[in-house]
Amino acid sequence: MYDVATGAGRVVYDCCTARVRPVYARCTQVKRFAALFTRLDQTTKTNPKVDALAEYFTEAPEDDRVWTIALLSGRRPKRTITTGLLREWAAERAAIPLWLFEESYPIVGDLAETIALILPDPEAESDHSLSHWIAEVKTLATLDEPARKARILSAWNQLDRTERFVFNKLITGGFRMGVSQKLMTRALSRATGIDEPDLAHRLMGDWTPEKVSFQSLIVAHDPTTDLSRPYPFYLAYQLDDGPSSLDAPPFDWAAERKWDGIRGQLVLRGGEHFLWSRGEDLMTDRFPELAQLRDHVPPGTVMDGEVLAWADDFPMPFNALQKRLGRKTVPKKLLTEAPVILYAYDLLEWQGEDIRARPFAERRKLLESLANTVPPEMPLRLSPLLDFADWDALAAIREDSREYASEGIMLKRKDSPYRDGRKRGDWWKWKVDPLTIDAVMIYAQQGHGRRANLFTDFTFAVRDGDALVPFTKAYSGLTDKEFRQITAWVRKNTLERYGPVRQVRPEHVFEIAFEGIQESPRHKSGVALRFPRMARWRHDKPPGEANTLDDLKEMLSAYG
Amino acid sequence: MAEPLLTFTDRGIHCPEGDFHIDPWRPVDRALITHGHADHARDGMARYLATEAAAPVMRHRLGDIALETIRYGERRRIGGVDVSFHPAGHVPGSAQIRIERGGEVWVVSGDYKVAPDGFSEPFEPVACHAFITESTFGLPVFKWRAQAEVTAEIDAWWRANSQAGRTTILGAYALGKAQRILANVDASIGPILTHGAVENTNEVLRAQGLNLPDTIRVTPEMNPKDHPGALVLATPSALGTPWARRFGAASTGFASGWMALRGVRRRRAADRGFVMSDHADWDGLNAAIAETGAERVFVTHGYTQIFRRWLESQGYDAAIVETAWEGESLDTADDAEQQGETS
Repeated sequence: MYDVATGAGRVVYDCCTARVRPVYARCTQVKRFAALFTRLDQTTKTNPKVDALAEYFTEAPEDDRVWTIALLSGRRPKRTITTGLLREWAAERAAIPLWLFEESYPIVGDLAETIALILPDPEAESDHSLSHWIAEVKTLATLDEPARKARILSAWNQLDRTERFVFNKLITGGFRMGVSQKLMTRALSRATGIDEPDLAHRLMGDWTPEKVSFQSLIVAHDPTTDLSRPYPFYLAYQLDDGPSSLDAPPFDWAAERKWDGIRGQLVLRGGEHFLWSRGEDLMTDRFPELAQLRDHVPPGTVMDGEVLAWADDFPMPFNALQKRLGRKTVPKKLLTEAPVILYAYDLLEWQGEDIRARPFAERRKLLESLANTVPPEMPLRLSPLLDFADWDALAAIREDSREYASEGIMLKRKDSPYRDGRKRGDWWKWKVDPLTIDAVMIYAQQGHGRRANLFTDFTFAVRDGDALVPFTKAYSGLTDKEFRQITAWVRKNTLERYGPVRQVRPEHVFEIAFEGIQESPRHKSGVALRFPRMARWRHDKPPGEANTLDDLKEMLSAYG
Repeated sequence: MAEPLLTFTDRGIHCPEGDFHIDPWRPVDRALITHGHADHARDGMARYLATEAAAPVMRHRLGDIALETIRYGERRRIGGVDVSFHPAGHVPGSAQIRIERGGEVWVVSGDYKVAPDGFSEPFEPVACHAFITESTFGLPVFKWRAQAEVTAEIDAWWRANSQAGRTTILGAYALGKAQRILANVDASIGPILTHGAVENTNEVLRAQGLNLPDTIRVTPEMNPKDHPGALVLATPSALGTPWARRFGAASTGFASGWMALRGVRRRRAADRGFVMSDHADWDGLNAAIAETGAERVFVTHGYTQIFRRWLESQGYDAAIVETAWEGESLDTADDAEQQGETS
């Protein structure tokens, strides 16, 4: 048996090729994980990433493998220390004032990275396993503050920059490493010989690395032992060129409206119910009204649908639902103000049987007969299928999307199985065209993280007589080249600085696209936009031809 | 004293008593130039003054200009002031410009780096009362590692690519960074090919006596297969273009101080980022400023706000000066101007 703590009994391989390390002749353990991170980070191509991960899943100690799977699927050790303290200690260790740390952080864009960069070089070295460091992080919970601080400082002082970054990520959470769950599953499949969809299912749900082993989770796993375990969500691709670009006639497709709520999978098994989000968060407690469905839907049922705030048999605006997202428990008042329903559109499990392989049309029939047995006062509705003879008819229905508080049309091939992840071909979202308005750029701010040295965050205004009234910010939509162009322009056309914000000459007009508009007393303009972004740089338009506050108000009364 | 030694105008830094500008961005009569990068040495000045080592590149880029040269350390009287140029360590020929009037000394440092790069004339601290400093990397997260370490990383990457049958394409500024890499990599690993903009600068620098390993200019007729295992030095903007795709299976890298930030590295979508800058890092800026003994510090291009606040907290009388200087951007005007030549 191989000893996880010391690495004894294992043939050591040289994983240092990723980076020149004059100090270490070989590396193992947390260095292996850091080296994995470096390899993943050093390429933008899929295949080398899968290679690196598959190699890791074959060679790393089993405990470390499980933790790596956990980290890459968004499961992290519980946060045992506040980021406020980490910032303070890092600034102190780096001998800089706290404000300077705080100013640097948004520019780097990542707390773990900022700390790793700002600390002086380590004075010692060490080589513990990933699991060791995770245990160390968990131990912090049991210690008092001075002891925690001593442990953290000691860790920082024996890890190099990359290892520190990894360690800080373990403390602060949010490990992404540029690896999607799909990519990790592929690598794991290669390392174990287990099929990808099967693996994807094994990795779903409520497991934690403390409670499972590589054996029990991956190798010998029986997914039915966990009552709450959801199925991987099937995600639609965007249909850019309209449905006539599809490779099958209208008759082969089912269409529904695309709802603007929260995607949810309702699992009813063994007398219990669980509501999962697409991001694999358990949302059961946030939407307690769905518990009533246990009395009307038999156990062994799993439905896919949209959680919507619902009043007078109509979806409420998204911000009604938003109010309920931030909280773990819901006060009574909010339950009556913004009651939710599950707008069901698919059935994945029926009478305890996984029916995902059956055609959509058949699953839908079953779902309809199930829904018909549920009393109408229960929080369950069927997302209606749309009746259309040809694509033109569907296009006309799509035009009305906003009146139905919907984002467009979903197209599902009638004979398709329920797949996992984002797969092209069977499900398409055909979104309604965004609303647009032409606005003048008036403030600019530098981006952070991957856009640290560019101006990317802008404030836009509409005209009101001679005045310019700011009404929205937007950060995305331009090409890298355009961001570079506008950055050069901002540098030369700054009128005034307010901290990091620069007021610029009101010279450039941008077409701002957005998905919705709402009244907002908190904004000067009186409106708030949903998903605003820069659709186009209107080089052809002088600022005098930008839209006005009145135009904006008109949009508010039409679509708000 | 009525007027300050230097004033800050919308044409550039001006010395009223000498009636000259330093690195101006609009046409003036007399321009003193710190170095040949496009944001510092611009077209349209009636007369130029620069170091002997900076002159050939300036002539190459700006054509037939009225350019006088000066040696490092040489004193020259212009109007009522004494002027001298001192190595800034940024690129070959780069200078800090020292201006003195009756014992009062101001230094304009342009772009500078403190650590020697084995290629440019090493930075020399110049004592002064007022120091004008850049702040391109004026945050404590920017700390450069020793050049030997970074060069060893580049060598290891090149060697591994070469063994795997891939071409190695490294993006670096055409003036300065590219030659610094050339002068320091292990040229025995394989042939070195160069983008036209890089090679043009190489030719100018070789002609003035700088020692660079042999390189092969990439031309449209060239067959990349004739040079297996090559290192290709390209301008940053040539990465990801048809120009770069001609090399087939390749690993691309980028050498810049910005590569210290993971986010920027990822945005650039290169396979590898090497943290190498011709600008001072945090410790470099602070050491340089301390060594001047200056009480007043003017902060130009970079993280001006933050750096000024830091300097004030360290007891300096610090202010921000707006200039049209750009420091190290990922895509420079230098590239844009010279793209047309080869692609």
